[in-house]
Amino acid sequence: MELAIFLIFAVLAVLSAVVVIAHRNPVFSVLSLVVTLFSLAVLFVLAGSPLLAALQVLVYTGAILVLFLFVIMLLNVGREAASPGHVVQKWVAIAGSVLLAAAVVLLYVSTHIAAHAVPLSKQFVDLVPLARELFTTDLLPFEIVGLLLLAAVVAATVLARRPSPEEESEESR
Amino acid sequence: MTVPVSWYLILSALLFALGTIGALTRRNGITIFLSIELMLNSVNLSLVAFARTAATRYGHLQLAAAYHGKLIVFFVLAVAAAEAAVGLALFIAIYRNRRTIDVNRMNLMRW
Repeated sequence: MELAIFLIFAVLAVLSAVVVIAHRNPVFSVLSLVVTLFSLAVLFVLAGSPLLAALQVLVYTGAILVLFLFVIMLLNVGREAASPGHVVQKWVAIAGSVLLAAAVVLLYVSTHIAAHAVPLSKQFVDLVPLARELFTTDLLPFEIVGLLLLAAVVAATVLARRPSPEEESEESR
Repeated sequence: MTVPVSWYLILSALLFALGTIGALTRRNGITIFLSIELMLNSVNLSLVAFARTAATRYGHLQLAAAYHGKLIVFFVLAVAAAEAAVGLALFIAIYRNRRTIDVNRMNLMRW
């Protein structure tokens, strides 16, 4: 059963990831990335992290991808025109990525990392020890992430804001 | 029957490679960004899988290692959110000046 669920959602994730990188219309890319992230959320549950699955759906599909859609609509990005050149660059990139994936898969296969996982323990799935770890051992990184998000909010506001008329005249001088 | 952890890792490697292909071959800035999000997520999948390995291999005593695997995913999510916000704001600023987000036409700093 678990195996069937894994296979279904793994195939779904890979297929929709292909659509993400292959479709010329960015709106379709965003929507199929939603499918990929939902399938990954299902796999997170299978691997014993229901909290991360919930966060994945909330933060990624609920916030980040909606932001992408907003910006695409705002900028009125059309379909990408058919590629005029750089064919060599494209094929080198594809070959390099395929080699990378092959090398990593080979590494995993040859080192026998955890051939079979034992069934999940309740303690591993449980939320309380995770939260305790986050707010004791990892408190400093947690606070730093808070600062980082604050900096990102300020930066995004400054960058995306339309410059006021005085500033614009100063820039053109 | 449980799924072998290495299957998660292989799936994650495949998704990562797809993400690199997208990031290197596309010219639309937003699609490049989406490919990078895909790469971040594939790494998250392997972190979750490794967390499970740690939990199964060390038993109760070293569950902390497994929790850290999950917490890194948590931090990656937060950093990805920050990165997306700043990056999209950059694209808005660039679009305002140059009327395009085709990365081949952003060549002011090219040699």
